[in-house]
Amino acid sequence: MKSMFALTAAVAALAMAAPVSAQAPNDAQIAHIAYTAGSIDVEAGRQALQISHNAAVRAFAETMVRDHDAVNKQALALVQRLNVKPEANPTSTALADQAAATSGRLAKLTGAAFDRAYVDNEIAFHRTVNTALRDTLIPGAHNADLKSLLESGLALFTEHQTHAETLARDIK
Amino acid sequence: MKAALLPAVLCCLMTTAAAPPSAEHVIEMTRMRFGPAPANLKVGDTIVWVNHDIVPHTATARDRSFDVTIKPHQSARVTMRRAGTIAIYCRFHPAMKGVLRVAAR
Repeated sequence: MKSMFALTAAVAALAMAAPVSAQAPNDAQIAHIAYTAGSIDVEAGRQALQISHNAAVRAFAETMVRDHDAVNKQALALVQRLNVKPEANPTSTALADQAAATSGRLAKLTGAAFDRAYVDNEIAFHRTVNTALRDTLIPGAHNADLKSLLESGLALFTEHQTHAETLARDIK
Repeated sequence: MKAALLPAVLCCLMTTAAAPPSAEHVIEMTRMRFGPAPANLKVGDTIVWVNHDIVPHTATARDRSFDVTIKPHQSARVTMRRAGTIAIYCRFHPAMKGVLRVAAR
């Protein structure tokens, strides 16, 4: 919970930065944040597939791996085409640090306890990422193709969030 | 024997010629949604599912009458075999749902 607060604070700090200030993320930083978020969910899905025995949770995890991998491939192709080098930044670092802590916490769990913790974290993670996309990353993206990819990502990750929320009710 | 068959063959041909041809209907999958269900879907018609998203989807009937996987920017065809109401969804993305209404021919 505390670490998710730290993550939300990092993303909120990003959101509050004025558009013309030095703190507003540029396209290279936006691309890095989006790619990092996607990689995190692929790894979380892979961990779930190693640990969970619940069919519905596994199906969700497979979709996370499949979908986030597909979006990241599109993101990589786009930055290569635009000749943009994704740039590490405090937000993507905060995301990665938070993910490492979560993964460590989940690795100690099994059975229904793991399933609940994994799904609850997926809900929180998707809520945070979707808020960042909607409020900061999409409005802040300058390149039209990057903006369009982020918008597709938001539609996709919003469905993921709904899926996770429904799954949480089913596995209670 | 052949002469007796001729009226039957002619009758069959005339019946076939009079029946309306089967139609093709496109349902697009865009931004995690199925496009609108066709209004005049009949038994024997074909639905062409077109995936405009960057992730794979399925078009799956809850009554198990069909289940196709469609990769990004590809399409798949399903012929409607039975009249009735069919709830559909994407197995990968359960929030993606729709309803088909298939009329008898």
